[in-house]
Formats: sequence, C-alpha cells, structure tokens
Amino acid sequence: MHLDSKIPGGPLAEMWDRHKFELKLVNPANKRKFEIIVVGSGLAGASAAATLGELGYRVKCFCFQDSPRRAHSIAAQGGINAAKNYQNDGDSVFRLFYDTVKGGDFRSREANVYRLAQVSVNIIDQCVAQGVPFAREYGGLLANRSFGGAQVSRTFYARGQTGQQLLLGAYSALERQIAAGTVQMFPRTEMLDVVVVDGQARGIVTRDLVTGEIASHAGHSVILATGGYGNVFYLSTNAKGCNVTATWRAHKKGAAFGNPCFTQIHPTCIPVSGDYQSKLTLMSESLRNDGRVWVPKREGDKRPPGQIPEAERDYFLERKYPSFGNLAPRDIASRSAKEVCDEGRGVGPGGLGVYLDFAAAIQRLGKDLIAERYGNLFEMYERITAENPYEVPMRIYPAVHYTMGGLWVDYNLMSSVPGLHVLGEANFSDHGANRLGASALMQGLADGYFVIPYTLGDYLATAKPAPVNVDRPEFTEAVAAARAQVQRLLAVNGTRTVDSFHRELGRIMWDYCGMARTAAGLRTALEKIPVLRAEFWRDVKVGGSGEELNQSLEKAGRVADFMEFAELMCLDALAREESCGGHFREEYQEDGEAKRNDAEFAYVAAWEYTGDTAAPRLHKEMLAFENVHLATRSYK
Amino acid sequence: MAGSSTTTMTITLKAWRQARPGAEGRMERYAVADVSPDMSFLEMLDVLNERLIEEGRDPIAFDHDCREGICGMCSMVINGRPHGPNPATTACQLHMRSFRDGDTITVEPWRANAFPVVRDLVVDRSALDRIIQAGGFIGAATGSAPDANAIQIPKESSDRAMDAAECIGCGACVAACPNASAMLFTAAKATHLGLLPQGQPERYRRALAMVGQMDIEGFGGCTNFGECEAACPKEISVETIAQLNRDFLKATLSAR
Repeated sequence: MHLDSKIPGGPLAEMWDRHKFELKLVNPANKRKFEIIVVGSGLAGASAAATLGELGYRVKCFCFQDSPRRAHSIAAQGGINAAKNYQNDGDSVFRLFYDTVKGGDFRSREANVYRLAQVSVNIIDQCVAQGVPFAREYGGLLANRSFGGAQVSRTFYARGQTGQQLLLGAYSALERQIAAGTVQMFPRTEMLDVVVVDGQARGIVTRDLVTGEIASHAGHSVILATGGYGNVFYLSTNAKGCNVTATWRAHKKGAAFGNPCFTQIHPTCIPVSGDYQSKLTLMSESLRNDGRVWVPKREGDKRPPGQIPEAERDYFLERKYPSFGNLAPRDIASRSAKEVCDEGRGVGPGGLGVYLDFAAAIQRLGKDLIAERYGNLFEMYERITAENPYEVPMRIYPAVHYTMGGLWVDYNLMSSVPGLHVLGEANFSDHGANRLGASALMQGLADGYFVIPYTLGDYLATAKPAPVNVDRPEFTEAVAAARAQVQRLLAVNGTRTVDSFHRELGRIMWDYCGMARTAAGLRTALEKIPVLRAEFWRDVKVGGSGEELNQSLEKAGRVADFMEFAELMCLDALAREESCGGHFREEYQEDGEAKRNDAEFAYVAAWEYTGDTAAPRLHKEMLAFENVHLATRSYK
Repeated sequence: MAGSSTTTMTITLKAWRQARPGAEGRMERYAVADVSPDMSFLEMLDVLNERLIEEGRDPIAFDHDCREGICGMCSMVINGRPHGPNPATTACQLHMRSFRDGDTITVEPWRANAFPVVRDLVVDRSALDRIIQAGGFIGAATGSAPDANAIQIPKESSDRAMDAAECIGCGACVAACPNASAMLFTAAKATHLGLLPQGQPERYRRALAMVGQMDIEGFGGCTNFGECEAACPKEISVETIAQLNRDFLKATLSAR
C-alpha cells in the first residue's frame, strides 16, 4: 500500500485555489452520465448529495434512519466555527487554522486544516441563504459566542440546536434535489459492504431494513459519510444507531484506517445513573462560557453543594489553566475531571461527577439572560435528572463523544481505494488528536458543500471509470457474503443478547482504551477482546429472521464489526507511545500534562488490513509543520 | 437525588403488536419488574426486549435513535397521548418517574392513514419528507450565496423563525389530530421560511405546493382542534397554521 497525501505544492494560503484550478472538470452534459453513491445523510452526506445533484450528477443516497433528516448531526448543540471576524476581535483564516492545528495537538495535516478554515466563511453564507435561523443581535446582524480552545468569538449558533438547523438546511437542499430527480433516496437501508472492481470502488451492498432484501448498487464512485465509531464504547453521546460497519467493511476492502485510537471524551455530559443506561447525554460545551466547574477541596466531602463554602471549593480548571479557565479544550477538561474524581473528590452517586455551577452567572447576568442562552439545555437536564440547574449546580462527567480517527484520506478526500471518498467524521482528516468544539459541523459541511464537489470531478475525469453493472462477480460474491453473514448471526441461537455483548465490549474499551491508557491495560484489552468475540459468535441470541424488520439483527451485525474494530483501536493506542490530545498514555506525561513525542510520533498511523487472523500493517504518513511552530500545547 | 433511588416499580405494559404492514394487530400484555424511576421509557422497553429475546420471543420493534429528544425518530402513543403524559417531552426523554408502581401503561404506534404501520410501534413517515420535497426549502444552490451579513434580519423575525424551525418532524401532531392532519408540521416549515427575507421569493408557491402535497398524501384537513400544539414536543404554536392559511389564501387568490 502506498499512501500519497497529494498535498499541493506552493504557499499554504494559495494551495487550495491553485489546486482547484488544476483539478480537471467534468462538463455539464457529461455529469449526468456519472452515478455517485453517497452513504449517510448527515451534514457531510446530505450536503454532498445535494450539491452533487445540483451539479448534475445522478446520485443515490442511503441512510439507515427512516428519513435523512434524522442523521446524528442533528444532535449537535453548541455551534459552528467560521473565520468571519464579524466581532472584530482579531480572528482570521490563519488564526482558525492555527487554533485547530494546536487544538489537535499537532497531529493533523496543515494543508487540510488551512482549507477547512478558508471555506468556513462560505459555509455560513450558504447556510444563511438556505434560511438557517442563526442567532442575531438586535441590529439584525449575526451573533457569535466563544468556544473552548479559542480566545476569539467565532462560533455561530442557533440556540442549543445548531446541528439540527444546519442539518435541516442540508436536508431541505437534498429534498429539493430528490424532487428534481437528481438524487434518489434510500431510507431504512444499511450499507453492508463496498464493492471493488479492477481496483476501483464501484458500488455497495445494502440491506433493506424493512424487507431484509440484500441488494447491490453500482456507480462510478462511492462516498462514505457514515460518521464516527464512538459506540464501540457502548455508552457514548452518539445516537443508538451510529456504527462502524461502513468504514470497517471499507477497511477490509483495502481502505487504510487512520489514527483509530484518537477518540474525544467530552467533559460535559450527564453522569451514568444505572446499569440499564442506554446512552449518555451531552450538555453543550457552550455552557462552559458561563458555568464554573468545581469539586470540594476535601476528599469524601458529601455535603450538598449549597452548604460547601466558597473557600472549600476547588475551581480546578480556573486554578490550573488561568488563561483559558473553564474554556480549556475538551481533552484537558475531561482529564482534569477524571483526576479529581480519582482523588475521591467527585460528586453525586458513585463519585463520578463534577459540578458545573451557574450561580455566579445568574447573579451577574440575571436568570432571564441565562435562560435565553441555555434554557433548552437546562430543561433537558432537568427532564433527565429531575434536578433544577437554576437552583443546584449541574453534575457532569466526561463521556465518549467524537472520533477524530477514521478512514485515511488524501487532500482530495479519497481513501486508499481509488474512487472511495470519505467525508465528515468518518474520515481521519482535520482534527488531529483532539477536535475543538464547533468544528465538527464546520468540517462536515466543508467536505460536502465545498471540497468533494471539486475533487470528485477530477477523479472522474482522470480515472475515467468504465461503466459496470451489478452482474459482475465482484457484486454477486459480495451479496452472497452479506447473506451468509446474516445467516451466520441468526444460526448461533445462543443464550446472550446482542446488547449484553455490546455492554461488555464497551466496558473493556472504557476501562483500558478510554480517558487514560497504559501499555499493560491495552495488552489486557487485546487479550479480552478476541475472547469476547469468540463468545459472541458462539453464544449470541439474535432471534427472528433475516426477511423482516429485525432490530436485534441490525444491532448484531454492527456489534460484530465493533468487536473486530476494537482490537485495531487498542493496537493503535498501544503503538502510539506518546500522549497527545485525547490519547493519554499514563507513561508519557510531564507535570500531569500530555507529553508528546514529536521526534518519533509526528505521523498519521494508517493501518492496512491484511486478513482476519493476520496482524494489520502500520503505514506512517509523516506530518510536516511548516507554518505552525511545533510547541507544547499550553492553556495555562 | 437522581440516580440514588433505591425503590423500583413493577408495571404492566400493553403494547401493540403487528408483524408486518397490513397484517392484523393486537394489544399484548407484559409485566415488567425492577423498573427504576430514573430509566427512560425507551430504556424500560430495552429491558423488556432483552428479556423477550432471551425467552425466544419477538421483541417489540420501535423507532428511536438519538435518545435526546432531537432526531424525531421515536414515535409512540403512550396512554393515549403521543410521546406520553409530559408536555414538551419526546418519548425518549420521558422517564419512568412519571409513572407509579403498579401502573398499566398502553403503548401504540402513530395512527394515521398517511403513516402505515411497518411493524409493532414503527410507522412509515415518508409522507412528511414528500411534503418538504414539494416546497419546504429555499432554492439556493451551493456556492451562490451572498455574504451572511449582507441582509440584516430583525432579531424578532429570526427568533420567531427559529421557534417554528425547532420542529423535529416526529409526526406527533398528526397522531394527535382527530383528522390526522399534518398541518402543524407543514405550517412550521412554511412559517420558518416565510418569516425570513430569503424565503420571500418562493413563499406563496411554497404554501400551495406543500398544502397540495399534504392532501395527496392522505392527511386530513385542519379544523382547528388544536390537539397538535398540545402534543408537540417542541411546542410549535398553532399560530403557524394561521400564518400558512393566510399565505395559502393569498396564493390561491392571486393564482386565479
């Protein structure tokens, strides 16, 4: 496998413009001869499918939900970054680029991040034109808020539902193209495999989740926009359906997996309340603008928060990181919360929680203003916990939220399989070892609206994929394999539910590959996972048949893939003998902070699949930092 | 304090079971023990389903995804009310502390001709997508937009547009309506776009097209019961319907 990142030459600021000029075009009349398969309908998938449809390609778009509007981008709360500098506070494309590279702890590609910062401004324009009701000032101009890891206000938002509004914008553009006949939509349809013909990605195998029919679709290029793999931990802020299946199956067909161990643990989530817990709920990072994070100074202090005097509270983020305070980046805030809980100073049942306190902000700004800013989040918190955060501090604890790792892609967003493009959270690009808040929405829409429409044309014009149809043996074999997998899952008929296996896998991953990792712990996980996987295939009980709506079967297929993927994640975490961003190896720290090792690990770990029983092969894409000085990340 | 509750409840669940579209359905009764008050309603269903699978019985199919009240996927009528008894709360955000030990709870799918049952509590809501396809958008192709601050939009208009835009497309308004009308869903989108300057060029054709599609899909007409507003988990106001009616009337008159 040879990985060529295809980073254009020349000065950073001119790369994308020059590259766009050098990319080959497909003329308008020829675009309709190309059929493009888009898997996923979140921000990246919907914006790509809509835009490619507008350009005249024939697009087929697939999602497992009943409507493309329900993809998990919808749940993003806080906002979207853009280098508009509307606040006149010193923002610029370069500063957004710089903050993102630094925030990612110098493990992302400069060229990709710079392009992301450049197109960020176009995204806001596009979304406003679609009718996205961003927050505004009384003068009628757009409002901004601050987010972690930045000292400027560059985050655009729509109350606490920014992801919803951006997705509905992309969804409405997509529905418009469906009505125009350029996009054909396949809801309640799950991708089970990628089909590679003569070395090019030429189609997919799908299962209709209502009828169980397994079918295949051929096209000239395949675009995966299938999100992240946070549900490998079972409990995460992801929607229940989020899964690794599409990217994992693509990996097994030759797509390198980049930095799988880079996962983001979000500091502000509602703590776990019991064994039945099915997911964790995020409380937007924007709350840290006005909320103060603290725990009691004394270990084992069980007094209610209101009875703990000011002098006996430890506002640990403000204490440790005075210049960023409560707005320290996510990885740092999460780790700090874990530390104080490990010291026995955590609050709430089980001691796995810290306070996020709005008392000072309510006193300073008044309850009305706080309600206007965060009302819906406060209500959500109260619905889940039955506690009123206007009166008692919220209890929060870190939870798995986002995965920076994903399929490796070059500057054109193409994976190591020609013709297979990967967008949004599903690729590894842009966020390095830690993503800054409000940057996921930016990346999803950048990839879909403003990058793939250019780079896909170049692929089609250059590679000139010949027409294929689904009668080819590559398709019929992939369909047969998918059918066999369904039958195999149903045939086990053991004693344990799919969820019980998923919970057990999640526990292993959280304990050994979560917020803090050690070589010994990762080796333990690498022993436990294959044992659990073998037990899954020996004892899982799925029930029902393959020819009907069978939600247990859907889950079984996804968990089977998580069981394989989890091992790669631990291998990657073991191989990266440094701490960076969300990847914290206890052996590598200095004064409690992550200690990077740039001399040996300033690379993207791209893993090649070599067979079910063979060890994956590590390829290294070395990262060059020519515009941002490699430095120890400090938020002190 | 949440999470510290030690008492559990036993409830009886009466759930709609239907194997496939068009098949005959029936209510079935299940006893569910050890229900924690801190469980969400869907987590209670998870626990029951795991038990059913272990016993070799068919679990109850239900739509769900984000479980934080925003994706709009969950869709069940609980004790006769879409999304259950609590105002402004989707089924996934409903917690068992809203019920009492010993309660019998009925759970059924959305009932409407335009929402055929797929299985158990799962229905087909693609009709709502087709209403959006008919006109629930602003035709602004990617790349054609002016600077985002080129048009000033009064905060009041923007806030009201956002109130309407909060619709999650779950279809509770249809399930609550005695006529199974999708008027609140349609009006929310038409109002959101109609309040914004960008939405003006297509405003009247949008009203005609979306209402027309609503009729084609087999939704009933609106006769101002107002049940939709009461059932809406996002508290979309029926004032949006008045707005859509005005736009529709104006469009109809000017189309003559």
